Amino acid sequence: MSQHDRLPIVQDAAEGCEAAAPPSRRDFLRTAAAGAVIAAVSGCKPDAVVEELQRRHLTELSKDRLQEMLGKLEKKWSAEYGKDVKVGLRPPMPGVNFAYGLDLSRCIGCRRCVYACVKENNQSRKNPQIQWIRVLQMDKERGVSLEHATPYYNPEKVPEPGHFYMPVQCQQCRHPPCTKVCPVKATWKEPDGIVVIDYDWCIGCRCCTAACPYGARKFNWAEPKLPAAEMNPVTDYLGNRPRPMGVVEKCTFCLQRTRTGRYPACVEICPVGARKFGNLLDPESEIRQVMDRKRVFVFKEELATEPQFYYFYAT
Amino acid sequence: MTVPSWRVAVPLAALVLLAAPLAAPAGSPTAAPPAKAPAAATPPAQDIQAEPPPFSEGIFPCSQCHGKAGDPTPRQLAFHDDLQAELHHGPPSRWCLDCHDNGKRDFLHLINGKQIPFTESYELCGQCHGDKYRDWKVGVHGKRTGMWNGKKTYYLCVNCHNPHNPRFKALKPEPPPVKPQEQGR
Repeated sequence: MSQHDRLPIVQDAAEGCEAAAPPSRRDFLRTAAAGAVIAAVSGCKPDAVVEELQRRHLTELSKDRLQEMLGKLEKKWSAEYGKDVKVGLRPPMPGVNFAYGLDLSRCIGCRRCVYACVKENNQSRKNPQIQWIRVLQMDKERGVSLEHATPYYNPEKVPEPGHFYMPVQCQQCRHPPCTKVCPVKATWKEPDGIVVIDYDWCIGCRCCTAACPYGARKFNWAEPKLPAAEMNPVTDYLGNRPRPMGVVEKCTFCLQRTRTGRYPACVEICPVGARKFGNLLDPESEIRQVMDRKRVFVFKEELATEPQFYYFYAT
Repeated sequence: MTVPSWRVAVPLAALVLLAAPLAAPAGSPTAAPPAKAPAAATPPAQDIQAEPPPFSEGIFPCSQCHGKAGDPTPRQLAFHDDLQAELHHGPPSRWCLDCHDNGKRDFLHLINGKQIPFTESYELCGQCHGDKYRDWKVGVHGKRTGMWNGKKTYYLCVNCHNPHNPRFKALKPEPPPVKPQEQGR
């Protein structure tokens, strides 16, 4: 049990048994696979390959093992991007449950948030283009209706008359369908409310992408293109570190920032102050003030995903 | 289930960190207030670290030209005609000295005559826009940057709204996303 160091997911009984009865099927297959790979690939260090393939789930790693792993990543990416890359693994803050507010009566659809997010979170710039925020233009007469929404609007100036704008990103659901369907537990919900992904554990099956009712999860169909000059070197293992091809990614409430007390990048860039962020457990936080004073709703409430992302109308 | 020692250590460390500013002298720049006083009850003046009000270059202090009180009669100005031309705020009868103080030229004044510096102009705006002022004080209206759990930069009304022409201007949007069928080209 002492191995279970970092602890965000709830383990079910079956998994507990598996861990307790060595050698498990997974261990066996992994070792066998490692052997096969080493046999096939010459010129690479067998030790490193075996080690990588034999890694256990993030939540089962000892603190020393985690540090060692993060150190290796830092070294690798510092060389690759030519800057001092830091890879943290910031734990959730105790007594904090994050929530987000977005004022639909203020948003003008300028997409500043989309690009601030891309920059902060090291998303692939193009081919594949990955954007965690999608701004939907909707019709004022029809209200929030996905049938009559488009993300591809491109006028000279926004807002356009007769329209309003609804940015959509990961809603950090309290009952996230995406984590339920993951066959390998590569994604889970943390105690501070953030749904995270271990990109090294993701097998790229995209079940989560299909399960998410908000289209929040993006898949790296090709090797991500992240120009070294634009790479943000302050990263978190579960957040904005560079991703490999074939894994899923999504908004993490900028956990590399918010777990150190800073606002998410999208909040700070918004030119109209439509974005609010804070601790749901603090009655004085901005998000609680919003909930006390304004008309608040969650997107697709009928699905009972219970998002921690609230839309509201300030006027 | 036993709790690993580092999981205990982190909350403890956090507690120590949180307790430190309590002991630090008030106004210490590193002190991130752990438990804010009820926001609605405190005047925002103490918490605010606004960017300076966005004056046109060389225009402030007003007293460099306006040495003493001038003619208070509303009229077409010869000098600040550019500002007067773009003035679209409230009824057409709005006039400079409704907000700018005639006696103390580097100040604004409230309806009750109280003179306020430009850095506290929100009090002036709040006279008419009370609902927005109320929301702004608790962070629902307007924008804040910095720390969600500590030191924040607040923005004054006039950092976003031109006080002479407050309606928010339309912006050029950033480029739309690439359509799926265009990916890879």
